[in-house]
Amino acid sequence: MATEGNIHARPIAIQPAPAGPYVHEAHHPWLQHHFDSMTQQAEASTLGMWVFLVTEIMFFGGLFMAYLVYRHASPSGFQEASHHLNIYWGTANTAILIISSLTMALAVRSAQTSQPRGTQVLFLFLTIVLGLAFLGIKAIEYTDKFKDRIVPGPNFHWEGTHAKAAEQFYSLYFAMTGLHALHMIIGVGIMSVILVMAWWRIFDEEYYTPVEVAGLYWHFVDIVWIFLFPLLYLIGRHYHAG
Amino acid sequence: MTEPAAVAAPKPHIAHEVPHEALGFWRKYVFSTDHKVIGIQYAITGLLFLLFGFSLMMLMRWQLAYPGAALPLLGRLLGEARMPGGTMLPEFYNELGAMHGTIMVFLGVVPLAVGGFGNFVVPLQIGAQDMAFPRLNMASYWSFFLGGVTMLASFLVPGGAAQGGWTSYTPLSVLAGTGQTMWLIGMIFLITSSLLGAINFITTIIQLRAKGLTFLRFPFFVWTQFVTAFLLLLAFPPLEAAAVMQLMDRVAGTSFFLPSGLVVSGQVVAVAGGGNPLLWQHLFWFLAHPEVYVLILPGMGIVAEIIANNTRKPLWGYRSMVYSLVFLGFMSFIVWAHHMFMTGMGTAMAAFFQTTTMIISIPSVVILTALIISLWGGSIRFNTPMLFAVAFLPMFGIGGLTGLPLGLNVADIPLHDTYYVIAHFHYVVAPGTIFALFAGIYYWFPKATGRKMNETLGKIHFFGSLVCMNVVFMPMFLMGLAGVSRRLFDGGASYAFAQPVLHLNVVSSWGAWTLAIFQIPFIFNFFWSIWKGEQTDGNPWQATTIEWAAPSPPPHGNFPVAPEAYRGPYEYSVPGAAKDFLPQYEA
Repeated sequence: MATEGNIHARPIAIQPAPAGPYVHEAHHPWLQHHFDSMTQQAEASTLGMWVFLVTEIMFFGGLFMAYLVYRHASPSGFQEASHHLNIYWGTANTAILIISSLTMALAVRSAQTSQPRGTQVLFLFLTIVLGLAFLGIKAIEYTDKFKDRIVPGPNFHWEGTHAKAAEQFYSLYFAMTGLHALHMIIGVGIMSVILVMAWWRIFDEEYYTPVEVAGLYWHFVDIVWIFLFPLLYLIGRHYHAG
Repeated sequence: MTEPAAVAAPKPHIAHEVPHEALGFWRKYVFSTDHKVIGIQYAITGLLFLLFGFSLMMLMRWQLAYPGAALPLLGRLLGEARMPGGTMLPEFYNELGAMHGTIMVFLGVVPLAVGGFGNFVVPLQIGAQDMAFPRLNMASYWSFFLGGVTMLASFLVPGGAAQGGWTSYTPLSVLAGTGQTMWLIGMIFLITSSLLGAINFITTIIQLRAKGLTFLRFPFFVWTQFVTAFLLLLAFPPLEAAAVMQLMDRVAGTSFFLPSGLVVSGQVVAVAGGGNPLLWQHLFWFLAHPEVYVLILPGMGIVAEIIANNTRKPLWGYRSMVYSLVFLGFMSFIVWAHHMFMTGMGTAMAAFFQTTTMIISIPSVVILTALIISLWGGSIRFNTPMLFAVAFLPMFGIGGLTGLPLGLNVADIPLHDTYYVIAHFHYVVAPGTIFALFAGIYYWFPKATGRKMNETLGKIHFFGSLVCMNVVFMPMFLMGLAGVSRRLFDGGASYAFAQPVLHLNVVSSWGAWTLAIFQIPFIFNFFWSIWKGEQTDGNPWQATTIEWAAPSPPPHGNFPVAPEAYRGPYEYSVPGAAKDFLPQYEA
């Protein structure tokens, strides 16, 4: 079993399926019966998550396409609107997510190397805390936008020359960051489950697929923010800053 | 926070499932994780939705054949809000039209072709015990089911179901009644279902193949499902994003798809504006063109299996077919704007998309030609699955070739949005895909039940359907060439130029109603054969692919012995062999 620890040792296309009657001898307790080996199960799970992330790229791609179309239609309006976002909160959130990616990677690493459960749980806990911190800051930002009446809808209020473009910008802002925040909430939920599993001492060098797969998801959600931050907060800022 | 190792509890033994036979009714037949049960659930639900969607169309055909006439009996049952005095209201007609398209595509054909046949047949054909993610598979079915329930429930909300066509073009769809909100929510469920399914198919096909089953030993059906999964995977998410945006336009006050200064029925609409309605069309067709191939590719795969089996010959040009299929899947992402020539996109863009559209017709023609040549010199067994499969070829051919003028910018201008378009794509999906799906049902029915369907009833079903399908759709080419628009509530009766072709509406409608009668033998045959059909062994068609190595019906886990692939998928009539087929799974 220990020899199957390294999932990169074998190219993905080769199948180890033995011909002959299915064996039901002793096997790893987390091996599902329709897989031949832990390696095959781990490869299937990671491949499944990568394929899922492809759909996520296409999903956010649709939103980025909308952003592109509307920014192209009114670049100066978007500049004016983006100036109203709080760059300090945005920068803080970017930093928080990058650090959470580090703690996530450390959590995967600690499971892979059979670290004691305290270490595994600590890194997962930190990841969750950082995720919640991100969501808290996002909530503060949203509240500010509500107070300033720059939430799209009948009560939208804009003091500036590009009211329509600004409303379009904030429609995109809420749609994109809102869907991203939804992904963060789901991520925190997944991490909570993983944390409980780590507490039960499920993960070690033979079986750490759930941590790894959840980590892939977490890093992806971070990367989406890495694109959202410059598009919404940074581009065109210097025009106003002089 | 480290704990002493001595306290470590033994690992929980959760992955050991209860043996399938010990599961109760709910876990075994309703909330099952077995790919075969899920496949059958998908197939039955899909068939019911096909029947329902067809019924909506039969109602519309009454209004088109006899505009304004009261429909006896049924008309009164549908109530004053829809058919006062038995006469159809235009709004109800629009509901029927929108929901017919939505249901047939997203709740009928795709679930049957991909969810049903894909789930049931693909793991068997690749020699796997199940799909890679059985619980995800169950989630996928139930997400589809919720989507279906949402769509059905939308008929009951005030104002009725969505009226914006299956395309739901903005801005009018944003301003429509509650039914459109239900439509969008239903679509989000359906898209989620398809995405989960596609992830599962790709992972399963790559990871769970039997030993020796290389990619170029795949049955063609597996290839079609593989490419289909990629199409769903890449094309559906942008529509999901677009559906979320349209939903926000409707409920959250945004204006993604609402332009400034919008005037509807002479009234300025109070919206923020500044949006771009064309963006919806782009995001929609970016899905919906690949979706066309999602509808047809599994059908082609089924036909290929059945033709190879019943001609007792290898498929002619298997490799060319596979390469064409992959090329076709790739090209299907860069042709979408040929649905939008009338939006004023400019000649440069139109030239690009008409060129890619002409190019994508080549792989389709390669596949179709290879299937036709496969018939050459075979000693053909004309059983019911083969009849449907052979009929698929000319029917799909008519549908495909009549699409070429629509892909050419200049020819599209007069034909756009006429009945010609309806005839074209219905030839592809109705006597095309649906015939292929019928073929598949007759072909794999013995695998699922251990019994064959009745041949006589099958032939009545086939010949009746073949004649009626053409009676329904052939007149629409003539009406479309005469310029009759597809969207008219009265079928063109109020237009002087349409008068010479109006009688074709009656022909078409009677064709549709007769077609319904010829489905009765099928429905009877289906249920009768489950209990009374001729019993068969594991391989009643003397076929070569791996699904026939399993007992019929296959038990949980499918194969008593892990199968291995020793050769290509279609080794029929090999010179010098003892029998006229060499199964993939026999050494």
